[in-house]
Amino acid sequence: MGNRIGKTQLAQSSANYIQRKISYMATAAFDTPQIKSYPVIPLVQAGATSHLKPFVAPAPIQKAIGFPEELVENWQEKAIAKMGELLGKYRSLQVYMDTCVHCGACSDKCHYFLGTADPKNMPVARQDLMRKIYRRYFTFAGKYFPKLVGAVDLTKEVLDEWYSYYHQCSECRRCSVFCPYGIDTAEVTMAAREIMDSIGHGQKYSNEIIGKVHRIGNNLGIPGPALVDTLEGLAEDIKDDTGVDIKFPLDVKGAEVLLITPSADFFSEPHVESLIGYAKVFHAAGISWTLSSHASEAGNFGMFIGNYEQMRNISMRVKEAALELGVKRIVVGECGHAWRVAYSFWNTLIGPFDYLDQRYPVPQHICEVTDDLIQRGALQFDKEANDNKIITFHDSCNVARASRMGNMPGGQFIIPRRIITSVANHFYDMAPNTIHESTFCCGGGGGLLTDDLMEVRVKGALPRMEALKYLVEDRQVNFMATICAICKAQFTKVLPYYGFNMSMVGGVHQLVSKAIRLGDK
Amino acid sequence: MSLLTIIYAALFYLATVFLVVGVALKIRTYAKTPAPLKIPTTPAPLTKSGVGWRMAREVVFFESLFKSSLWTWIFGWTFHATLFAVTLRHLRYFQEPVWLPIVLVQSIGIYAGIAMVAALFGLWARRWLVDRVRYISTPSDHLILVLLIAIGISGLAMKFVAHTDVIAVKLFMLGLMRFDLQPLPSDPVLLVHLTLVILLMIIFPISKLLHAPGIFFSPTRNQVDDAREARHISSWATGLERRS
Repeated sequence: MGNRIGKTQLAQSSANYIQRKISYMATAAFDTPQIKSYPVIPLVQAGATSHLKPFVAPAPIQKAIGFPEELVENWQEKAIAKMGELLGKYRSLQVYMDTCVHCGACSDKCHYFLGTADPKNMPVARQDLMRKIYRRYFTFAGKYFPKLVGAVDLTKEVLDEWYSYYHQCSECRRCSVFCPYGIDTAEVTMAAREIMDSIGHGQKYSNEIIGKVHRIGNNLGIPGPALVDTLEGLAEDIKDDTGVDIKFPLDVKGAEVLLITPSADFFSEPHVESLIGYAKVFHAAGISWTLSSHASEAGNFGMFIGNYEQMRNISMRVKEAALELGVKRIVVGECGHAWRVAYSFWNTLIGPFDYLDQRYPVPQHICEVTDDLIQRGALQFDKEANDNKIITFHDSCNVARASRMGNMPGGQFIIPRRIITSVANHFYDMAPNTIHESTFCCGGGGGLLTDDLMEVRVKGALPRMEALKYLVEDRQVNFMATICAICKAQFTKVLPYYGFNMSMVGGVHQLVSKAIRLGDK
Repeated sequence: MSLLTIIYAALFYLATVFLVVGVALKIRTYAKTPAPLKIPTTPAPLTKSGVGWRMAREVVFFESLFKSSLWTWIFGWTFHATLFAVTLRHLRYFQEPVWLPIVLVQSIGIYAGIAMVAALFGLWARRWLVDRVRYISTPSDHLILVLLIAIGISGLAMKFVAHTDVIAVKLFMLGLMRFDLQPLPSDPVLLVHLTLVILLMIIFPISKLLHAPGIFFSPTRNQVDDAREARHISSWATGLERRS
């Protein structure tokens, strides 16, 4: 039955979507999944995406961040030793290796499984790729009765599988919401990536970016002078547009707020529209602020590869910048995993923040800043300015399931929506099982936002595209707001595969920017 | 004293040591392994008592499983709840006089036993019928269900088919606890039942049954969402700070 459905689908999709078959340099042609009239859990198709894997990091990239340049000779031994080390350092890994009962509650929760039907994209099966090695080398049952408990030796085939499937996980934690023991596949994926890095088998995309942030200060590798140019250009554009002098201060000592934002906000569309929004909010509220050329990046790919020290070193630039500039507050721009690192990890990694103003949360999300100003009546809006938009909101996974905003659980869902409804008239939520803590990843998070993984990105976006499509048809929604640089970049690329306009996606502060009243304060 | 009694007494002592020491060692490992980062799955409680309530809902009602799969929840929760009732019913073999609550639970325990076996069949059926669950099932996943079903059926058989001398069984069990061995009846059904229970006790600390202690140590469930308010740092991460 599975095959017949598969073939029919294949036939229909090649007929209907032939024009969307886009072949990239790095990836073979593939079919965009079809959006059905209601979501369907696919029947498993073993090996459906076993051919997908990102480029392996070449020697210079590995070397630059202190990892072995290529697969080391005694890699099995090293990998097992590393696994033992991590089992001793992370309670999550130790507990999650033991506690899974194979109940299958998570099996239909991963967007990559729903989009690819590859059973190894079921969270439990992805974890089992490591669990079967854990059992073989670290448990009584696996040492003496391997077949009984599905334990296997760590072979090159297993390593290849790891490399493939641990790069088809965006560490979005949707599975951890539904697991009766809270098993978080992200923890397992991070451990697997760290083990692979430690034996010289790293991923090019993430590791190259980590090298850039260490060398230059941001993921895009924008040097200081280029940043100055860009920010000046932005200020000029706004002046031409609105007649108001909006500043984009850089490295200003004594500013009240240090804004740490994803570097995509400086150069990419639609990201830059939100950067303009933050600047307008600070301007309208009369808050002095600055960016930092030393810490010109909120993103922290150290998290994606599960490396505590990388994550800490990248974060340290923020602390250095805050101390150097003598700011009183740190505010973080629209970025999902960056907010997770900032909210959940900064205090651990680079705290305590006793040198900052304790009347404000440290760090503070830009949405918390804006929402607070709105609630206090400090900002005025012309909501009609957004009347051409019928808006929905995509909860970004790391914001939704790995952080908080405001002082109540779930504030991360309430605050961005409250901002949107304060600056625009038309807002609708997507289906309840696709938002809030059940939100679907955009498909490009966790170090997967690279062209060599385009097929898994497009297929992984299916559940979100389905939810969006229903709303487009039901409510004529034409704009999906989100607060994550990766979501914005991913959707810009992926929306057209599903027949949507790429400009449908944008930031919450892009909407704020459109409606905010300037100068009359 | 028959050889049979001595063998079973020895097996019970051995299995008890395995179970207690094995689980204690695992719990020690879990407790001693640091959780270096704050990773509660949010929205998460902001206070310790909130976390206690979240954990209680998880352990008593299987809240997350309820959210994810209704059929699995029905079978899984029924199995665990009835296992609890059946275990309470069995406490009468280990105490003299029997506590009132245990007396009261006796009749419920019978129905619970039947429901337990039914729920176990439901769980096993999923392993065959749902293609995703079939894919992830290992031989041990099937065998543990077979083991539990066999324990349940052999237990029910002693109630409904071939009665055993429960007075003698109770004397044997009390004897075990008082290190004063008493003869064990040699009914085949009883021996099967006890052998399987001994097996279950032995595999507990080396199998997925560790989910029972494990859930209490799951950082996504047992951490307070207070990362900004309280600095959380592990022992090995502190070492890292001193180095730099």
